[in-house]
Amino acid sequence: MSSRSALPSTPVAPATVLAAAVRSGERTALDVLEEHLARISDHEVDVHAFNLVLEDRARESAAAVDARVAAGGDPGPLAGVPVALKDNLCTRGVATTCSSRILEGWEPPYDATVVQRLAAAGAVVVGKTNLDEFAMGSSTEHSATGPTRNPHDLDRVPGGSSGGSAAAVAAGFAPVALGSDTGGSIRQPAALCGVVGVKPTYGLVSRLGLVAFASSLDQVGPFAATVADAALVCEVVGGHDPGDSTSLPQDFPRVLAHLDDGVEGMRIGLVTEMLGEGIAVDVAARVRAAAEALTAAGAEVEEVSIPAVTYGLSAYYLVAPAEASSNLARYDGVRYGRRVDAPTAGEMMVATRTAGFGDEVKRRIVLGTYALSAGYYDAFYGKALRVRTLIREEFDAAYERLDALISPASPTTAFAFGDKTADPVQMYLNDVCTIPSNLAGHPALSVPFGVGDDGLPVGVQVMAPALGEVAAFRVAAVLESVAPSAGAPS
Amino acid sequence: MSGVDPERWEVVIGLEVHAELSTRTKLFSSATAEFGGEPNTHIDPLTLGLPGSLPVLNARAVELAVRVGLALGCTVQRSVFARKNYFYPDQPKNYQISQYDLPINVDGSLELPSGQVVGIERAHLEEDTGKSTHIGGGGRIHEARHSLVDLNRAGVPLLEIVGRPDLRSADEARAYVAELRAVLVAVGASDGKMEEGSLRVDCNVSVRPRGSAELGTRCEIKNINSLRSLGRAIDAEAARQVALVEAGERVVQETRHWDEDDGRTHTLRSKEEADDYRYFPDPDLVEVDCDPVWVEEVRASLPLLPAARRARLVERSGASRPHAAIVCERNLDDLCLAALDAGADPERVVNHAVHNLADERAVGLDPAAFAALVAMEVDGTLTATQAKTVLAELVAAGGGDPAELAAAHGFEAMDTSELEGLVDGLIAEHPEEWQRYVEGDPRIAGFFVGRVMKATQGKADGRVVTALLDARRG
Repeated sequence: MSSRSALPSTPVAPATVLAAAVRSGERTALDVLEEHLARISDHEVDVHAFNLVLEDRARESAAAVDARVAAGGDPGPLAGVPVALKDNLCTRGVATTCSSRILEGWEPPYDATVVQRLAAAGAVVVGKTNLDEFAMGSSTEHSATGPTRNPHDLDRVPGGSSGGSAAAVAAGFAPVALGSDTGGSIRQPAALCGVVGVKPTYGLVSRLGLVAFASSLDQVGPFAATVADAALVCEVVGGHDPGDSTSLPQDFPRVLAHLDDGVEGMRIGLVTEMLGEGIAVDVAARVRAAAEALTAAGAEVEEVSIPAVTYGLSAYYLVAPAEASSNLARYDGVRYGRRVDAPTAGEMMVATRTAGFGDEVKRRIVLGTYALSAGYYDAFYGKALRVRTLIREEFDAAYERLDALISPASPTTAFAFGDKTADPVQMYLNDVCTIPSNLAGHPALSVPFGVGDDGLPVGVQVMAPALGEVAAFRVAAVLESVAPSAGAPS
Repeated sequence: MSGVDPERWEVVIGLEVHAELSTRTKLFSSATAEFGGEPNTHIDPLTLGLPGSLPVLNARAVELAVRVGLALGCTVQRSVFARKNYFYPDQPKNYQISQYDLPINVDGSLELPSGQVVGIERAHLEEDTGKSTHIGGGGRIHEARHSLVDLNRAGVPLLEIVGRPDLRSADEARAYVAELRAVLVAVGASDGKMEEGSLRVDCNVSVRPRGSAELGTRCEIKNINSLRSLGRAIDAEAARQVALVEAGERVVQETRHWDEDDGRTHTLRSKEEADDYRYFPDPDLVEVDCDPVWVEEVRASLPLLPAARRARLVERSGASRPHAAIVCERNLDDLCLAALDAGADPERVVNHAVHNLADERAVGLDPAAFAALVAMEVDGTLTATQAKTVLAELVAAGGGDPAELAAAHGFEAMDTSELEGLVDGLIAEHPEEWQRYVEGDPRIAGFFVGRVMKATQGKADGRVVTALLDARRG
């Protein structure tokens, strides 16, 4: 433990504090930016959180924010706040690679809706962060640009697939970042990096401009060092978008206003199936400690069984690859990105995809293609959809009595590079606690709560019914306030 | 010409018609859906299948689909868009968004001018593909040196109308497509232009021994670009299949390509080679569940459809079905009905519409003038020939006073007594010819009428002259 190589601890101001300072004129956005760029310059070489750092563009944005302030205007609630974007969010005129060779050279002609909303709120994009290729993975090891390292221990993974965003916040490169969560890709790396990560209710945050992995599961959400910062970013990027047909016709719930409400009188369930087999003993102990802390804060906590969640992983590994096999069909070398020439159009497509995709992406395309094949649809995809319905129904039944559920966000703390790459199933098991919320479409977040026996961060997952963000954030805010300190690299 | 003995063989045909819907923009994006344009100019991120782009359903396309569905008597139901997955260079996402197990329109029918009713299985929404042009190698993708892709058409809304295998001949198939086209145009859903590809027909053909209740193995024929090639392709394919079966061989289920030049169908791909499309519900879209109140509003806004217009004309005028079909196809039924309302003789009205009003401008003819003209004809003021002349002038001018036009030509009624004198004089002058006329020699029939016409400079009514001659024959 003592031999662990970690980034030096640096006090990082939260986004809420930075934005207030910039809006009041106390600090300039440029000053705030340079402070973060300096940290990136010092430590990015060790962490590799970014596929691309956008110093020049960021300086232009920050200067524009400062000009607004100087002119007496209000740049918005994220005035001058540096943000990092997972590199599967489209940015106009800026390479968006999904950490895949197949998108080499492609620059989107548009910003994702969430990117537009961040800019409109005064945020300053500092860079595009690393991920498992096309968001398929739990360690950020499956990246064409190489792995990201966990700032708490550079010999360990940051989790994934949004490992770059989680590491960027943990390393103080940006106070907030955006990621995407299809089966735990925000919450699991948030847990492993000791930051807050939120996957909102499906449909609350626009997917327009998010490069699709599994459309019915993908949801954009924030990473932040504090629960309040995460809430702020949710309110900024969330809410209806007519450009996304699955977007819900409403604003993001007013979570910021309820952060100080406490949990007095709330009924909270501890999910039995997520505390036993497959969960590290020290992690389970931290979650039980969190339950006790909530009880002490006035909540009624009880254990609750949700048997269907044990089928979550199997159902997920049919639904997500099936959708991915179709979503990724467009990468064929015909219109954009990498092309490997060959004598015929068909051979060109095969050569391009063979060279352009990594092994994990290919594995999932094959899985998904098989699951949708004629004669297998009912046995695989059809059955997975029924499991999905069953999980949602069991959750909903629990939520008739309970306001929120808690569990580990990840079965273990951060693991070493190469530990799980040889066995895909071991890697997939990382998401056993997070997948059920994606299948149900429900909100869930991870909030740091102390450390494991190895001294590395543990995240507690807080789940809530659809549109139950207020309940989830109330619980998270209480856990944050009583958590043993482990938020920043030590 | 089919060469198929209709006593022994029955041809069974089912058609799948793809109609491009007349929307301003594409089915799932705001790119223009206009026909043509410089290649790859009617595009946007979704049309190109760019990463991060998402489809948003065009409400107008849904409305047009429902209009067609209701016009075909379909049930409008909750529908779901699915992805049909296959790789092709002009398919930007390498899947097509279509409707699979839950199409928007189901179970309708189409009544042809003959009175035959053809079942409609479904009429569903889907997006069109782009266009590939293969350079070199005879224009086939497999031998081409390179291929050009134009995505202007990609994403244009299509309605695929799947007919039941109720058709039994090339003529019936052509009549079905013509009638379907008339319905599409009538409800404003499509311009129905086969030559621009806004109406495309795939044709399933099978043959079976007459009297058999079992369907034979079918082949699907593609690349049919006109009603004429539809008929030719069906006849050629039916002949091919009958020849196979008569030679003791089996018809293999496959997709075949119609070659306009050699007048034959050729294997495109067999059933075994067919893609597994791996359909599944498109997770980027939500189901379409039309408000029943809105559906009824759409139904109420439909115009009178061709079959109803024909029935109305038959009922009001006593016209035959074929005549009613011609009149309605020319959009002259409203004119005819208005002329009837003005008291015109139904038989003459329909006859004029069928034989003398092929001119497109006839639609704008003043019904009152038309009725007045017919009245002059009925009361003997004008002969049929004169009436035709005046009618043409009325059409050219859009209306006018038929009496004035007749007078300008010097068309005057011949007094019957005047004609009687003429006829009697001619009989006296030509006793031999009269004898042959009395004996019924067909070669002499026109002799007396012609002489009378000549003597009266065409002012006499041919039918009156014939009546006078017949009266004298006894």
